[in-house]
Amino acid sequence: MSAIQYIKDIFGAVKSLLIGMKQTGYYFTHHKEIITQNYPEEKPKLAERFRGEVVMTHDEKNEHKCTGCTACELACPNGTIKIVTKFEQTPEGKKKKAIDKFVYHLELCTMCNLCVAACPTDAIKMDQAFEHSVFDRSQLTKVLNKPGSKVMEGVE
Amino acid sequence: MWSLGNITQSVDAWLNEAFSPAIALLIEFVIVGTMAISLFAILGLVLVMMERKVSAYMQIRLGPNRVGPKGMFQTFADTIKLLLKEGLTPTGSDKFLFNLAPVIAIISAMLLLAPIAFAKDFQMWDLNIGVLYVSAISSVAVISILMAGWSSNNKYSLLGAMRSGAQIVSYELSAGLSILAIVVLVGSLKMSDIVASQETGWWLFKGHIPALIAFVTFIIAATAETNRAPFDLAEAESELTAGFHTEYSGMRFALFFLAEYVNIFIVCAIGATLFLGGWMPFHIGQLEAFNHVMDFIPSSLWFFGKTFFLIFVIMWFRWTFPRLRIDQLLNLEWKYLLPISMFNLLLATAIAIMGWHF
Repeated sequence: MSAIQYIKDIFGAVKSLLIGMKQTGYYFTHHKEIITQNYPEEKPKLAERFRGEVVMTHDEKNEHKCTGCTACELACPNGTIKIVTKFEQTPEGKKKKAIDKFVYHLELCTMCNLCVAACPTDAIKMDQAFEHSVFDRSQLTKVLNKPGSKVMEGVE
Repeated sequence: MWSLGNITQSVDAWLNEAFSPAIALLIEFVIVGTMAISLFAILGLVLVMMERKVSAYMQIRLGPNRVGPKGMFQTFADTIKLLLKEGLTPTGSDKFLFNLAPVIAIISAMLLLAPIAFAKDFQMWDLNIGVLYVSAISSVAVISILMAGWSSNNKYSLLGAMRSGAQIVSYELSAGLSILAIVVLVGSLKMSDIVASQETGWWLFKGHIPALIAFVTFIIAATAETNRAPFDLAEAESELTAGFHTEYSGMRFALFFLAEYVNIFIVCAIGATLFLGGWMPFHIGQLEAFNHVMDFIPSSLWFFGKTFFLIFVIMWFRWTFPRLRIDQLLNLEWKYLLPISMFNLLLATAIAIMGWHF
């Protein structure tokens, strides 16, 4: 290491440190915008692809698109979804399989999105709700299909 | 006009009138001790709050804002939490040393308060080797860190303590040499002499280049000696969990934490005394009118203003620079700071002998 290089190193180091300090000093003296969000007071701006929980979409006639094919149940890596099926009587007198309960264990879910990807009829999707804390663990086990809902016409 | 010096003198006169000299001295000891402890408590609360607010502002955040107005009582809440927590002693630890270490940390910090001149005629002990005393006592702090790391019986604690030992021992050299540059210019180790010599201007301005270089090396060495980022390898929360105080909890952890912040205050107070004139107002040479205006600001305000400015600079370092590796840390000391400060001491000596300073 030559003497000139040594002195150059010192001045280069001091200069780069001062550039860093100038930046933080600028932030310190210009305290107007903040990059954090005041969560309980303001609604947080969530990222577009943020995943909070699985929901089943229902239209205004209280109809969903789930056929009870259990593709999501098979796709789930940790047994979060349990589908209970029942047989319904169609007007022609045929028996038809339909879902009775779409049980979703939020406490087990890792928000991996595999169930949504596996669904052939796009019946379920990821919602952005994230305030899930409850006082009892049993409240985290949810039934996703609304009471009295039935499968949409033409969805097989 | 009242000042802290006048108050202490009148209290001293009154005590000597009312009691016999021995009892008066005893009462004064108690008063001074109480004031030192309350200064510790206030410093802990204020500096932690300041650190959190400064860091938040530098990172474009808000910082603590829940407890009290603008979150100003957050540190009170934290202190109460620490007081109520269980102080755990691990089973495999050396119990005596484990419990002794935080006490030594706080005692070494407390001893360092003695020679600091807080205001005009307001000093606990103006001993004739004040600067030497400070550099001697500040190296006791490393014993408490090594003791804590060793007695915890935890590999992370021991690693942190060993790093801290290497760091403090090596940075003490450049801190000592940069202090010596000023001592050479003043010609005295006594704190009151050092402050008095800056009546015509602070050493940072009077001492030309050597004082400037000494100031920069002193600030770097002080940051390293107080184990703060970018030299916080001893704690390194992201790699060693918390270094030497990993196993400490409750009030014993709080004592380490308090000692760290009080040490920051003390090194900044020493720096302010040596380079920025301590309680001495800002004077320019023989400009009588200007000097007189500056004298109206109380000396205690000058002292605390300068000290807190230096504390702010050290906090600025912490929230700007990334942490150094251990080899980079030792390279910086042995290959750069030490040769520079040795050369600087020579330069300061030459200037002092030739009388080139103002």
